[in-house]
Amino acid sequence: MPRPFAPPTRRQVIGVTAGALAGIGLAGTAHAATAAAHTTASPSRTTNDAPHDAPAAFDEVFQGRRIQGLPGAGHHAHHGGGYTVRVDGDELHVMRNADGTWISVVNHYEPSPTPLALARAAVLELQGADLVPLT
Amino acid sequence: MAVRKNQADLTAAEKRRLVDALLQLKRDGRYDAFVRTHNSFIMSDTDSGDRVGHRSPSFLPWHRRFLIEFEQALQSVDPAVTVPYWDWTVDRTPRASLWAADFLGGTGRARDGQVMDGPFAHGAGGWPLNARVDGRTYLRRALGASVAQLPTRAEVDGVLAMTTYDMAPWNSASDGFRNHLEGWRGVNLHNRVHVWVGGNMATGASPNDPVFWLHHAFVDRLWARWQALHPGSPYLPAAGTRDVVDLHDTMRPWNDVTPADLLDHTRYYTYDPAA
Repeated sequence: MPRPFAPPTRRQVIGVTAGALAGIGLAGTAHAATAAAHTTASPSRTTNDAPHDAPAAFDEVFQGRRIQGLPGAGHHAHHGGGYTVRVDGDELHVMRNADGTWISVVNHYEPSPTPLALARAAVLELQGADLVPLT
Repeated sequence: MAVRKNQADLTAAEKRRLVDALLQLKRDGRYDAFVRTHNSFIMSDTDSGDRVGHRSPSFLPWHRRFLIEFEQALQSVDPAVTVPYWDWTVDRTPRASLWAADFLGGTGRARDGQVMDGPFAHGAGGWPLNARVDGRTYLRRALGASVAQLPTRAEVDGVLAMTTYDMAPWNSASDGFRNHLEGWRGVNLHNRVHVWVGGNMATGASPNDPVFWLHHAFVDRLWARWQALHPGSPYLPAAGTRDVVDLHDTMRPWNDVTPADLLDHTRYYTYDPAA
């Protein structure tokens, strides 16, 4: 089943998928609880890197892919991002702008308001493709 | 001395020679090195830390030097080739000749965004994406899909009217010409064009799409126009700014060139006066 390819605007695509998201709400809640427990179990990851106003963790399935967000530096730590986003377990390189918006390496020129919105935008952009470390 | 022309004015022969030089740089691996350099700066330039290529005053001189290096690589293949510019305020639809099959090829197909025509289509065999952030090895575009309109001439003129080059905090939150041209603030010029093209151009590995160079050549030309409009407005900051490239600081990755060295583009190339 091909994922919709941005007809005619990304905003409209996100609007369409909001209904689909509601359908997986239960699964998303279960994952979120798991992520919250994980955050509590490893507080050392958040103390040094996360800004005081770091966004909350999230864990959901969006368009068939698991997206997770967690305060704390990622493996690659290219800079003090202070927040890690993963798509199907692979780290998505993200960055916070001075105004609090977010960008990722696959949506670099179009800020998203939250890491969750950024992760969803990345899933739409990837159209099922896997992230790979830059080679 | 290189003369950079409007892409809309190129002859069929000029387009063919540029395409051939691009394909040769791709074959010998030099093209992908430029993609990697750009993406590494994209990922390391941060608003609160060291920033050189983007979201900082040196966005303009850094890309000027990056394009000079790229143009020199093209000229090592064919000395007659220069980087043309794409005036997206004029050639603002997917029907522009820029996107024809004899030049860059058109938008991607609906199913997967894959560009299907032109010399850079995956099927043509000469343009594998090797330096990339996801598993897809084919060039992708979605012209006009994520944002409907390219910037207008009036929007460009509004930004060119700004008299101050850049302002503290010298990042994506700044007021002034540089950040409005870059697009993190205001009507959004440069960033919006990346988003309008879509596909690889929307990513940190945006030079995977050859239109990257034509887009940045026009951004560079707008900087030159701004300088002509405001001859008394200097590059800022002048000195002593943490995490930021001051006028006489050297820039990575070259470490032997400063913004001051790059303010006058006519030392390196000129723009076609007929355009």
